[in-house]
Amino acid sequence: MLIIKLAVRNILGAGLRTWLNVFILSLAFLTIVGVQGLLQGFNQQAMDAMIDMELGGGQFWHRRYDRYDPLSIENAHEKMPESLTRLIRKGEATAILMTSGAIFPEGRIQSVVLKGIDPAQTLLDIPSAILQTHGEGDIPALIGSRMAKEARLEKGEVVTLRWRDIFGTFDATEIVVAGIMSTSVQSVDSNQIWIPLDTLREMIQAPGQATLVVLSKNLRNIPPDDGVFVFRDLDFLLKDLTAFIKTKSAGSSILYVLLLFMSLLAVFDTQILSIFRRRKEMGTLMALGMPRTAIIGLFTLEGALHGVLALAMAAVYGVPLLALAAVKGIALPSMTESIGLAIADTVYPAYGAGLVLGTTFLILITVTIVSFLPTRRISRLKPTDALRGKFT
Amino acid sequence: MKAITLLLLLLFPFPLYAEFPTGSEILKKIDENLVADQAESLTTMIVHGRAQSRTITSRAWIRGSDEAFVEYLSPAREAGKKMLKLGDKIWTYTPEPNDRIIAISGHLLRQSVMGSDLSYEDITENHRMLDLYDAVVEGEDNLDDRQCYVVKLSGKIRGLAYDSRKIWVDKQRFLPLKEERFAKSGKLLKTTRITEVFQIGERWYPKRMTFKDMLSKGKGTEYIIESIDFNVKIPEHRMTKAALRK
Repeated sequence: MLIIKLAVRNILGAGLRTWLNVFILSLAFLTIVGVQGLLQGFNQQAMDAMIDMELGGGQFWHRRYDRYDPLSIENAHEKMPESLTRLIRKGEATAILMTSGAIFPEGRIQSVVLKGIDPAQTLLDIPSAILQTHGEGDIPALIGSRMAKEARLEKGEVVTLRWRDIFGTFDATEIVVAGIMSTSVQSVDSNQIWIPLDTLREMIQAPGQATLVVLSKNLRNIPPDDGVFVFRDLDFLLKDLTAFIKTKSAGSSILYVLLLFMSLLAVFDTQILSIFRRRKEMGTLMALGMPRTAIIGLFTLEGALHGVLALAMAAVYGVPLLALAAVKGIALPSMTESIGLAIADTVYPAYGAGLVLGTTFLILITVTIVSFLPTRRISRLKPTDALRGKFT
Repeated sequence: MKAITLLLLLLFPFPLYAEFPTGSEILKKIDENLVADQAESLTTMIVHGRAQSRTITSRAWIRGSDEAFVEYLSPAREAGKKMLKLGDKIWTYTPEPNDRIIAISGHLLRQSVMGSDLSYEDITENHRMLDLYDAVVEGEDNLDDRQCYVVKLSGKIRGLAYDSRKIWVDKQRFLPLKEERFAKSGKLLKTTRITEVFQIGERWYPKRMTFKDMLSKGKGTEYIIESIDFNVKIPEHRMTKAALRK
């Protein structure tokens, strides 16, 4: 208890030196929590958006479908097995058919992926009902806002679409942009045109066929693979996003290491200076009978208290800042749109208990270790030398 | 007198049409001109882009309807690139520093070659029209001061790129001076025009053609046959993947 009292008195008595160290440490703590929170928030938002708009509770892919190979979609469609059609009838799954094509807005050719979706589906957050309510005439098409921007298309605009049927024969007709949806999920937006499923089946002469089947998020009993349609769970479907977050976390850790290094260096220097300047004090304490281990403990505790004070300071000015960021979100620049992931305009950081506790633990442990290292010299100190201001 | 003539024409139109050869006969004659067992040609392709035009020269060897080999000679950027077609597969070769062979199949055969209005299929096409299309003579027309039969072609096998075509065939030389290629919906997709021809032996052959994708705003692609030799003996190794790297 005496050591604690002494340590608190000494560290507060050091004045500005202590508070500068504490401030730098608190800054490192806040940066780690803030940046990690941003990444976690981004991860969660992107994951939720992708599940809601595209992935559902997992998907059955045609065995030849490869999302990294746009050419694979030409041959990746077939009639679905009874187990999947039953789920579709019950509203627990929805089929999507894909093929490639090209549109010619203002005479410019632009390659697109045509996706057929059931206009009545409610499983995905895609506003496919727009396709249902559209009147007679040209084929109604739903596109995302990025696609609209890329192709310079507006709602109600008519554009020529060219595609090939499954036998390879060209066909072309006019489609009308029935609606433009706003989504952060690029894979349902960029170069994608959504049209009614049955219309696309008719266009490419593939009645009853699908490229993939999206399952409901609430579906518990996943039917077995039939060899033609292969189940892909969310771990598989989200692995790009997970890998991206991992890469970003690893990249950010360089920043953390630098910040922590700078603040720990300050604590280390303070400890060295403190031990050098307080040789006589140490000699006096030893002469009064305080064991060397207790003196080491005192100095280590003083150093470690920097960490505790830093956490307290971070709580004072950091909690309101982080809370504000979590509520208001952080707007991302428009250039981030093109990196291929589901990035919303505004990211809302998420600070999990694990993140805060883990970072707290990291700061306290590293500060304690850094505080302890210079004190090892005390173990070799003779009281007589110390009283005269000398190191042995 | 005019009324009688008109009446006769209405009642007995057949003798007039009987002057026309049948669609199949016309296609047969076109095939005799255009389809070769084997040939070696030197061609120039001028791709008219929105801002500027690019000129690409190449040498091509064609054997039957299934085998073709193309080597690009200029510009420097394209020189050394090669293309081999065997059946329904195409391999393209990009020389050093890439030194890569890429296999192309399926719908990629219908993709544009080097940003032109021609597809890989167009460049390597050597099929007999008679085998692919049913032909009906629709009438006659005058094109560039040449008398032409107007012939409507409808696909007779599944999987043809164009469901139907309309060709204007020179009555004397039996070359399709103008061609319109249609989608299944009837929408016009592509046009070709033969603007210059030459004779080689018994055959009449296009010297200069213009291809135009009618859905895009481009100015089309000119295709010029600088020289062609139908009597060439193409060595076996030419039509192999190994020849791509030679």
